[in-house]
Amino acid sequence: MTIQRSRGSAPARISAKGWGWQHSGRHTRAVHDLDLEIEPGERVLLLGPSGAGKSTLLHALAGVLGDDEDANESGQLLIDGRPVAESRGRSGLMQQDPDSQVVLSRIGDDVAFGAENLSVPREEIWRRVSAALESVGLDLPLDHPSSSLSGGQKQRLGLAGMLAMRPGLLLLDEPTANLDPAGVVEVRDAVRRSLDESGATLVVVEHRVSVWLDVVDRIVVLAPARLGEPGGVLFDGPPAQVMAQSRELLAAAGIWVPGYVPHVRPRTLLPHAMINPDDAGAHLLLEAASLAVSRTKGRKRHPVVPAAVVPSVLVKAGQALSVTGPNGAGKSTLALTLGGLLAPVAGRLTALPELARGAGPAPLKWRGRDLISRIGTVFQEPEHQFVAHSVREELLFAPRILGHGGDSVDELLTRLRLEHLADANPFTLSGGEKRRLSVATVLAASPQVLILDEPTFGQDANTWAELASMLTELLDAGTAVVSVTHDAAFTAVLGGSRLVLGDSVEGAGPLAVQPQQLAQPQPAQKAVHR
Amino acid sequence: MSVDIIATPRSTAWLADANPLAKLGAGMVLTIVLLISVDWVSATVALVLECALLPLAGLSAGLLLKRGWPILLAAVVGGYSTALLAPKTGEILLSLGPVVFTTGSMESGVAIALRGLAIALPGVIVLASTDPTDLADALAQKLRLPHRFVLGALAAMRLVGLLVTEWQTLGMARRARGVGGGKGFFRGIKAQLGQAMALLVQAVRRATRLATTMEAKGFGAGPRTWARESTYSRRDLWVASGGLVMAAVSVTAAVVLGTWNPVFG
Repeated sequence: MTIQRSRGSAPARISAKGWGWQHSGRHTRAVHDLDLEIEPGERVLLLGPSGAGKSTLLHALAGVLGDDEDANESGQLLIDGRPVAESRGRSGLMQQDPDSQVVLSRIGDDVAFGAENLSVPREEIWRRVSAALESVGLDLPLDHPSSSLSGGQKQRLGLAGMLAMRPGLLLLDEPTANLDPAGVVEVRDAVRRSLDESGATLVVVEHRVSVWLDVVDRIVVLAPARLGEPGGVLFDGPPAQVMAQSRELLAAAGIWVPGYVPHVRPRTLLPHAMINPDDAGAHLLLEAASLAVSRTKGRKRHPVVPAAVVPSVLVKAGQALSVTGPNGAGKSTLALTLGGLLAPVAGRLTALPELARGAGPAPLKWRGRDLISRIGTVFQEPEHQFVAHSVREELLFAPRILGHGGDSVDELLTRLRLEHLADANPFTLSGGEKRRLSVATVLAASPQVLILDEPTFGQDANTWAELASMLTELLDAGTAVVSVTHDAAFTAVLGGSRLVLGDSVEGAGPLAVQPQQLAQPQPAQKAVHR
Repeated sequence: MSVDIIATPRSTAWLADANPLAKLGAGMVLTIVLLISVDWVSATVALVLECALLPLAGLSAGLLLKRGWPILLAAVVGGYSTALLAPKTGEILLSLGPVVFTTGSMESGVAIALRGLAIALPGVIVLASTDPTDLADALAQKLRLPHRFVLGALAAMRLVGLLVTEWQTLGMARRARGVGGGKGFFRGIKAQLGQAMALLVQAVRRATRLATTMEAKGFGAGPRTWARESTYSRRDLWVASGGLVMAAVSVTAAVVLGTWNPVFG
């Protein structure tokens, strides 16, 4: 420990010499034949197709791969010329999931945790805690509960905890994949500020290149580690040069290179053609008026403060409705309520006869099998909706409940490029595969209304394009698509109308904005509904 | 929007600032003394004294009922069963077929119910006035329990709060898949079991990621320092002696009134 402390926060040097890593129980190496030198203070963006071993390399540098006895390591991976195992405390790791970033329940204690583990003296710890919180811009009392932070704030808290350890190396593993656009900028700027102060070396893995392009001074593209092919580094150099060399390859691999918009099947019926005032009523499936939504149930003596109050929502066949707004505006809660999964706190939600088909006007009261064939809801976290042991069983689940055969299952498997995974356990799939599967399982019941909560969060460009193309096809076929999203490009592709929820000035409570047509942009009419 | 049962705002009650070990010690003394004897006088005296302490723990009667109703229910059920099964001595108060209550059996029942409450209440008081982080600090620094174990448990407890939200989300996510659609008791049980399994999977995955975070922050590698020092103060002397005094008063009252009835000897 004393050795690490005396080395202080000098930027770390990384050197990989023919390094390779094979996880136990896998047939192929996650990384092999990697030769890479990173100078102290360099800021490196690490790119590569899915399966190139980017996360494995980051975890190895963070020293958290070591316990796996059956794993197979080759070559050398050194920090400051020493093996990683001897360099504990030299690096800090930030992971994708903000909730797994926080260890203790008060923010001051959480920031102090890493420094405590490095045996930093007490007075010095609290000096570092204050400095670190200031550096990441978290201006909150030390006993503020960490659970009440937003995703972006949690990631910044994790960063502060790292800074208090005075590491020479920051390792960020898709740190902004689960954040909304405001959170992304928040975290990126905090990282840049802290790097300017400490001069530490940075290695960041992220799908969206544009986020980090101004921060990094070098881009390294790893080759996928396939059997019989050489691994290691494909491209390496200053950002502009690497972007010019590898743009096509990266785009094909689903990396979001700046300025790249993946090709999406366009809608054949233009949205405004569908909005004919005369027959609008005929296509109405779901209608809400003065709807107040909340995850907690109100009691007579303790009414809840609704997460959002929405004057009107109209869900129409063949039309897209995008629900947007900042974090905490109640978008997901609204989606759950529209999906018949949460009871409205106040107001009215009615399924019209064309959708209800005899099941009654309140979706919340529908039985499970009646619900899935009418309204399908795709959750933000795909794992929450997995109920079976294999991909095929997962897709057969809804058709079985509905009592018809699984004829469409093979078609869905092919359509979503999951056929080679038919017998795999859903939990073992990659992030993009899980997302495609979770959408497919809901589509297997052919719902008339499809509701998606942040379907494009953390997705690579290929999955994004597949998802968007599938939705435009469904829309043309007459399905209503409601999506909660921060993704402006996604909203633009789907067209239709937009509902903006916003939390207004602090303390004034949520407010909702009237739906407006995307086709004819209008100035937002903001109205407070209390 | 998270339902957080662990990280409530810090309690400002008098007892909250006492060292958790002093509170635990005082509670244990009282509990052990109450376990020795089965009589209603010592239990009643202890219960009255404990109730007098509630404001010091920041607990109102209403809050106590809201949090502690299962204990109250258990005590009443325990008392009822005892009254039903205890030797039928004294006058008959109620006789309905096999259900017979006498003054003697009622007395035993009331004694058991009071005792149950008197034994459970110190635990409620200690829990309500103790921050888990303070407890972990005290256990590791003062009692020298292994910090890996103590801090691991503390981090895990924080996840329990997240699991409550997770359970609700899973319930909705699975309904959206059509799970639990059928009617009948066994189908309901099956659906609940499935959801519990899913919760377990999520808990394990999250715990694994948290363990990675802790390891990356240098946890578990040799000696560590403590940002928060766990200390004893004059207040802890009051708490510890308070526990002893309460135990002594309860026993003395029972001995003086002749109801002291040790379970051994």
